[in-house]
Amino acid sequence: MLYDNFLPIMLALALAGSLGSSLVSLLADRRAWILPRLAFPLLGMAGIFSLAAGLVAMINDTTFSSQLPLGLPWLHWHLRIDPLAGFFLSLIGIGTLATSLYGPGYVREFHHGPYSLAVLGLTTGLFVVGMQSVVLADDAFAFMVAWEIMSLSSYFLVVYQHQNAANRRAAFVYLLMAQVGGLAIMLSFGVLVGFGSGISFDAMRAAPLNLTWSSIAFALGLLGFGMKAGLVPVHVWLPEAHPVAPSHISALMSGVMLKVAVYGFIRLVFDLIGTPHWGWGVALLIIASITALFGVLYALMQHDLKRLLAYHSIENIGIIFIGLGLSIIFFGTGHPLLGTLGLVAALYHTLNHMLFKSLLFLGAGAVLQGSREHDMERMGGLLARMPWTGLFFLIGCISISALPPFNGFVSEWLTFQTALQVVNLDSGVLRAVIPIAAAILALTGALAAACFVKVYGVVFLGQPRTRRVRRSREAKRGMVLAQALLASLCLLFGVLPTATVTAFNHVTQGLTGHSLSVATAHGWLWLTPISADTASYGAPLVLLGILLALGAWAIVYLFLRPRGHAKMNRGETWDCGFGPPNARMQYTASAFAMPIRRIFAPLLRLNETVERELRPGLPLEPVQLRHQLHVEDITWNWFYAPVARLLHTTARRVSRIQTGHLRHYLAYSFVTLILLLWVIT
Amino acid sequence: MLNQLPLYQQAILTLAAMILFSSFALLAQNRVLAMIHVFAWQGLLVALTTTFVAYDSGAHHLYFSAALTVALKVLFIPWLLHRLVRRMGIDREMHEVGHPAMVLMTAAALVIFCYYVAQPIHQLSTSITRNTIAISMAVVVLGLLMLITRNKAVSQVIGFMSLENGLFFAAVAATNGMPMVVELGIAFDVLVAAVIFGVFFFHIRDSIDSLDVAQLNQLAEHDQ
Amino acid sequence: MNEDLNAWLLALVQTGTFVLLAPLFSGWVKRVKCWLQNRRSPSLLQPYRDLWRLFGKETLVSYTASPLFRIAPYIIAGSTLLAAAVVPLLAVNLPTAAIADVIVLAGFFALARFFLALAGMDVGTAFGGMGSSREMTLSALAEPAMLIAVFTLAMVASSTNLSTVINHTLADGMVLRPSFLFALLSLILVAMAETGRIPVDNPATHLELTMIHEAMILEYSGRHLALVEWAAQLKLMIYGVLIANIFFPWGIATHLNGSVLFIAVAAIGIKLLVLGTALALGESMLAKMRLFRVPAFLTLALTLALIGLLSHIILEVN
Repeated sequence: MLYDNFLPIMLALALAGSLGSSLVSLLADRRAWILPRLAFPLLGMAGIFSLAAGLVAMINDTTFSSQLPLGLPWLHWHLRIDPLAGFFLSLIGIGTLATSLYGPGYVREFHHGPYSLAVLGLTTGLFVVGMQSVVLADDAFAFMVAWEIMSLSSYFLVVYQHQNAANRRAAFVYLLMAQVGGLAIMLSFGVLVGFGSGISFDAMRAAPLNLTWSSIAFALGLLGFGMKAGLVPVHVWLPEAHPVAPSHISALMSGVMLKVAVYGFIRLVFDLIGTPHWGWGVALLIIASITALFGVLYALMQHDLKRLLAYHSIENIGIIFIGLGLSIIFFGTGHPLLGTLGLVAALYHTLNHMLFKSLLFLGAGAVLQGSREHDMERMGGLLARMPWTGLFFLIGCISISALPPFNGFVSEWLTFQTALQVVNLDSGVLRAVIPIAAAILALTGALAAACFVKVYGVVFLGQPRTRRVRRSREAKRGMVLAQALLASLCLLFGVLPTATVTAFNHVTQGLTGHSLSVATAHGWLWLTPISADTASYGAPLVLLGILLALGAWAIVYLFLRPRGHAKMNRGETWDCGFGPPNARMQYTASAFAMPIRRIFAPLLRLNETVERELRPGLPLEPVQLRHQLHVEDITWNWFYAPVARLLHTTARRVSRIQTGHLRHYLAYSFVTLILLLWVIT
Repeated sequence: MLNQLPLYQQAILTLAAMILFSSFALLAQNRVLAMIHVFAWQGLLVALTTTFVAYDSGAHHLYFSAALTVALKVLFIPWLLHRLVRRMGIDREMHEVGHPAMVLMTAAALVIFCYYVAQPIHQLSTSITRNTIAISMAVVVLGLLMLITRNKAVSQVIGFMSLENGLFFAAVAATNGMPMVVELGIAFDVLVAAVIFGVFFFHIRDSIDSLDVAQLNQLAEHDQ
Repeated sequence: MNEDLNAWLLALVQTGTFVLLAPLFSGWVKRVKCWLQNRRSPSLLQPYRDLWRLFGKETLVSYTASPLFRIAPYIIAGSTLLAAAVVPLLAVNLPTAAIADVIVLAGFFALARFFLALAGMDVGTAFGGMGSSREMTLSALAEPAMLIAVFTLAMVASSTNLSTVINHTLADGMVLRPSFLFALLSLILVAMAETGRIPVDNPATHLELTMIHEAMILEYSGRHLALVEWAAQLKLMIYGVLIANIFFPWGIATHLNGSVLFIAVAAIGIKLLVLGTALALGESMLAKMRLFRVPAFLTLALTLALIGLLSHIILEVN
């Protein structure tokens, strides 16, 4: 009996936890202790219960729905949790749990600042409530209300440090695009509701749509959810808003909120519309490939740590949507099993991105707080001063670069395996185009690895480049614990892909009626997405192999030790005879990215100036050298400027009806009256 | 399947792929002499393909076509162009390609497009060389692309010649060669074209002091 | 069970052979290069002597080096060793071949390269940073070409598992495939870029501004340097064996039997001999390109791979 109510009780506790956290924070202005002692633990409780409820729904394959007495009197809100919602709810849970562990230590810097703690706690709680409700909503009304709660509370979080004008501008762009995106989603739902019989998702599912209207719904949904997720060219708010928010909020936004947008898209296309057309998949594949490449190229050019991570979120969203695009193509051409493979790859990458992006943002927050610097070019050598943060950040870097044996590699491998199955398609053109998209994916993966070598090398390795950084301190215990949790999950999901895919099978079974049972058919050791002959990956064996290889070298070392040759001494860094190297001689982040900047220059808007102040009479010996580099996002010029110009000219044309003469306005009313009278007859 | 075909038919398919590669190579070449040499290689590959098709289908007049191709496209016209280029002193110039990456991507997209266009024909024919129709169409289209993307007259002429190579290859692949009369006519036309082009190069250079086609717009009359 | 045990034993022996023969392959390439350049070559066993000497020498680590600097050589050597365990040298259908397919193999090399680049950044000199920056850029540009070539192979053999691909090629017999031809050429160019040979990088240079791979390992000494050098030689041999056995697999052992294995050893020996000679010939004929001309080289590899893919789709599928 109690078990039957287990799921609803956990859901109620999860929502109550986050709501309670926000309400309790209202008192936090005068009592700063409320945040670390009450608000964050309540949030953590909400996270744990969300995780538990999500796991139960996903693994036990249970569905629970109910109707809440909230909303309008004749339009109550429907709530439903099924395996798909359960998966995303557990993602929210992990993210919230990590944030609540990290939060108390991090927000201590705001205790004596000019900004209100009450607002911080209130909006954080509301943000989590919004995200949970979006995932649980079962009708269009509840979905839109929850979506708006999520957007608005995150706006207040982005603009939290509002005394800086740049922050206010970034938050304004964010709010504007969130509203436009919300409008597009509402229109998309409107199409479905219009053809269906009601606003609940069940009614929308049953709505009979022809291809034109379902394509319109798809396009609007892509625009709306893509705007929130960060697809090019509607991504411009992401690199502005994410760096500006407090770091634990950036982790929540980048790690969790973007996934909620992915949830909305999957729910719309695979569940509500139901029968995707393969053409949509091709369009999505092209957009996603461009997004991925664009994101990583711009990330390489950044030297603000959080802005770089924000651009990487764009890249990873592109990768997720590449998987979804491939899935739609396969479903649309009648290969449901391969479509399921694509869907599993996309879901796996969603999980992975949530884990490593949150880890990286939390680490970046610790670095920013410990070193009091924003700019990578002024950091260096932090591994000696912040060893734990450095270790977990390294795990995050390895995971996001898609290297075995961590989790990022598994999802990229699955995406490549999906792309390889193009041989089963009939259309030769698709068979030529999809490998090219996969090649772009490979390029992005390799460029991401390059970028994270740059990040880790410039920030943590080498020598400190400024005096302030030399005195950095390690992060507080809670912050380190949160990073440790996420890092161990990264390793876990890299080494146990079969268990994860088994859990995803429940999700895809409920969504599309097919599951990838062949993937785990050879036991927990081997991941065989198509068949054992086609491709297999033994993840635990890879980890074992690396450990064995390290062990072999350890044996060699033990063999050398008794012979006295195994001593290690310290000495000066080799300086090529020029004298001891100082910290200024190291490679900077801009220098590291220079070859890539030069090769991909046509795709970036570069503004590079070098000023040389020369010694009189000696043209080759400058007294002073000044180098300035600005990299601007080209979508502002190519996409938004023309749109803005179009809006201006249209507005100017329309404003001609405002002549200022009273007679004209009376004439408008007169003409309208005559027209209406004529229409009535 | 491919392994059930006799060796010389596999060779025809391989040669078709190499001809496509030579079209790409022509698009990417910067140096005039190298362009002429790649063009000569393309002609040789086309002649080899013709020989194999002749052996396969038993159409003996194709041997003559192959010999004609070797004489004209591999030996005579490249020699003519070589001499021309050296007399005009432009053999050491760099005829750079603008935006090579964009040109490469456009070329790949055009090949896929030609494949898409050739699919209905693909399904109708029964001979082994039906697969190569898309390739020959692609060679023609890439020759046109070369005409569009190049600035200097010599490169454009070579693009035109490779276009003609593509047409010849298409004829050989699709219909086992053209009637001999048509064949000889086209070959003679190409020869005359090469000679006349040579004469025109000198005239153009005398008028505008360079062979940069972009500067030919000086001849336009407009009020400025 | 006995069969299984034999198979695992053979896999272990194969990995050991890989590790032991890698310096010999490098020695052979150097010998042929010296012959071609009219120089007296060192003995074929010189790389072994070098490694033995390095293992015995004192390991000197900079004051500013972090723990990552000391761990990196082990991770580099470990992941390259794991890659060697997966590639079929003597026999196909071994159990280790199922651990990883071609894409995972690329992942192993990427892991090694990641840590090598980090080690280069660790010491805080300009040379290390330069080496890391160049290495990551060039490997990023080589990825699309490699992937498209792998795709072409996978589309022909319907699999990315190395054993399945080799079995498929063996079953087909001597077939002249344009797709394989172009994929082979493309993979040769990519291999030259990834293993740091001329024309991309000169492995024998001593001028720091021309180095890519050597610049990253400039600070290493003693057993660390021995491990990194061995890993580089192993990587070269792995690429050679991959190219030899995927495109020309005749002679490889398909079942475990004494005489078949003997033929396999002889076959791979001859193939590596020929490949080494071809590599030495190429290195002697070409000059090292400046860094910003290497993208053109890799674009050539990409074009070749694309033509291989397109010729498969257009010409080979009915």
